[in-house]
Amino acid sequence: MSSERDTAFVDLRAITKRYAGVTALDSVDFSVQPGEAVCLAGENGSGKSTLIKIISGVEPATEGTIRIAGQERRTLNPRISAAAGVMVIFQDFSLFPNLSVAENIAFATQLSTHERFYKSRATKEIARKALERIGVEIDLDTRVEALPVAQKQLVAICRALASQAQLIIMDEPTTALTEKEVRRLQGIIRMLKEEGVAVIFVSHKLAEVLEVSEKVVVLRNGKKVAEGPATEFDTKSLTYHMTGRDVPEVPPSDIMPGAETLLQVRGLSKAGAFEDIDFDLKTGEVLGITGLLGSGRTSVAKALFGLVSPDAGSISIDGKTIPTGDPQAASEARIGYVPEDRLTEGLFLNQSIVRNVAVGRLDAHVNGGWLNMSALVDEAADWLKRLKVKASDIEAPVQSLSGGNQQRVALARWLSRAPRVLILNGPSVGVDVGSKADIHDIVRDLASTGIGVIVISDDLPELLATCHRILVMRDGRIIDALDGKSVTEEDLAHRLAS
Amino acid sequence: MAAHAPTKSTFASPEFRLLVIAVFVFALMAVLSPDRFLSSQNLISMAFQFPEFAILALAMTIAMMTGGIDLSVVGIANLSAVAAAMILTTYADPAMPASQSVLWLAIAIAVAIAIGAMAGIINGSLVAFFGLPPILATLGSGLVFTGFAIAMTGGSAVMGFPDTVAVIGNARLLGIPVPLVLFALLAVLLHLILTRTAFGLRVTMYGANPLAALYAAIDINRMLLKVYVIAGMFASVAGLIIMSRANSAKADYGSSYLLLAVLIAVLGGVNPYGGYGRVIGVVLAVLSMQFLSSGLNMLQVSNFARELIWGALLILVMVINTNAVSALRASLKPSK
Repeated sequence: MSSERDTAFVDLRAITKRYAGVTALDSVDFSVQPGEAVCLAGENGSGKSTLIKIISGVEPATEGTIRIAGQERRTLNPRISAAAGVMVIFQDFSLFPNLSVAENIAFATQLSTHERFYKSRATKEIARKALERIGVEIDLDTRVEALPVAQKQLVAICRALASQAQLIIMDEPTTALTEKEVRRLQGIIRMLKEEGVAVIFVSHKLAEVLEVSEKVVVLRNGKKVAEGPATEFDTKSLTYHMTGRDVPEVPPSDIMPGAETLLQVRGLSKAGAFEDIDFDLKTGEVLGITGLLGSGRTSVAKALFGLVSPDAGSISIDGKTIPTGDPQAASEARIGYVPEDRLTEGLFLNQSIVRNVAVGRLDAHVNGGWLNMSALVDEAADWLKRLKVKASDIEAPVQSLSGGNQQRVALARWLSRAPRVLILNGPSVGVDVGSKADIHDIVRDLASTGIGVIVISDDLPELLATCHRILVMRDGRIIDALDGKSVTEEDLAHRLAS
Repeated sequence: MAAHAPTKSTFASPEFRLLVIAVFVFALMAVLSPDRFLSSQNLISMAFQFPEFAILALAMTIAMMTGGIDLSVVGIANLSAVAAAMILTTYADPAMPASQSVLWLAIAIAVAIAIGAMAGIINGSLVAFFGLPPILATLGSGLVFTGFAIAMTGGSAVMGFPDTVAVIGNARLLGIPVPLVLFALLAVLLHLILTRTAFGLRVTMYGANPLAALYAAIDINRMLLKVYVIAGMFASVAGLIIMSRANSAKADYGSSYLLLAVLIAVLGGVNPYGGYGRVIGVVLAVLSMQFLSSGLNMLQVSNFARELIWGALLILVMVINTNAVSALRASLKPSK
């Protein structure tokens, strides 16, 4: 054991992190050897991002010891951590879109050498070497914003390498990659390991990186619940450890007989976002729309709710065309939209729970110009109860709730408006497993009352558990329409990323 | 970080802190200059003085609730006052019988408030439909409004009103100064608008998170337009009070009121980033500022020093309200 500790590049012992009374990490041991790849798995809120923040020096640990490159680090900040060779590649890559590939790669290196003047030739030299090291060719003068996602990721990897990375931490590295791109990434990872660079993958979708990893560490509720050689894990056992239980999901029941066409989308196009989107939605039907990050699934959802103005095409409900690009018109046609990002788009975080629901029904309770406050609050409180939101005080800010309860608040706002079509974008992102199953129950219940539900998600089990039909998008087009009951998860995954 | 001890929310609220400040400033001035500060003459004169800038602060409050600001309030006040003054001096003779001059006064008031509303529509359109940052849009429009007022008057004061005009600024109603009555009415009105109407709740929610307001299908443009129209109309009422008290109207009256109105709103607990603000807080801030201003006057502090004090106070209050300072305060507290 002790020799392993001595050789480890990063070695954390009994790390505990508390935020204002909440224990985000509870006495976690974690280590990475040089040349080793480790999968750090866990659901949202399991503590995996906190652990990364501690290693990279963004957050101090409350208790525990941290050794990086053989040295105990009592004080750690992002600069010290980076100087020791720890590089984090975030999901959005944190690149400068307006700068060239070469500038992005060489930027950090040049800062750390304290050069006062920008040297174009040196910049390109640094970038060229880094790209050569992973055997990739990208034009050095291209502006990064013009690159496809997979190449942006390669630029981020090169930037880390140029800064003498000893450990590269990759946050959700495969969510936006096709199968081919994933295989190229795997090849690069293997090569880096041979050179002695350690890698940590942080993800909740690990199938793709499992085969290039030596070790798996699973966190749940801030505790390490499993650790072992990667060969001992498969997707199923990972899910079990991450969630702590097998959550049985009831498949959706059949669409009720006599369902009528509710929503018709014809030829919806928007340059650079989506093209020729055609589909129907029946009453009581749950329709899934899936695709990789950047496939256009979110843009389509926003267009249905009027947040994105399409260049062409029409949307109609009950045969009546509704104006596009106008959220009020969509809302009046009783289309509801629960956005992907609850924190910035869905909720008014510092406002009370009850207000977050009531804001959807203000017009319904106006009497002679004044709001009937008690009726408004009663109705909102009633919806909170019906959706089983656990809150000790509905006047407390909505940010005090857990992810699952927050999502129910967002749902309650739209349900109180009696929607005919409800669009749920990533309905269970960032909620715990129990709440996830509950939200799926709610979705199935809603459909059984005749609401047409559209679920936008890249969580395949979620789609299979809720949807009657699944549309697969790629590069802004619908490439497949699958029957939710007969398609398997493997098949779906393949169509998504092929 | 140590868990906060449960405190009664009443005492922890920013409004309670303001009450303490108002009482403290009042007591301090009363101690420093007891004979003059506490004299009934001073108290009454204060009640005549503050409503004009207090109403401007109310106008600032509603703009700030949306995360915006209205830097054109003083420009609007002067433009409406100048327009009203020109109607009065042109059509109403000082020798005219009161019954007739009241009619002209009513017309002048209506025109002034209509100009306030128009100015609000301009501001609101710039912010809502053109998406300009409120601080720049209203900085520019304020200069335009002032420019119109200068063009109309040639820069000099418009005077020579019938006596009825003095009612707005100098008379008393049941012993209470009329400007104070007007301020009280507008304060109650704004409080009700913000807390008891769908519009007011939308203003608060939009201020708390503009993006979420968009996703909640709130008609943001219409709401912003209304906000600046209300601010403009409030500003023109303030302009009429200034006109009546000065017995004249001029394009550059009350130029120190802009900073004061911003300061009062911020001191009153209105979040300059939007989403929080209570009229009661603004009222308490008005009182604190008037006590302070009046006291400084008696201590013969020069007007220039006063502007310095207002500016410094504004920065101080905003710094105290930042997260950095509250984190510092929390860390200084003993952990047990």
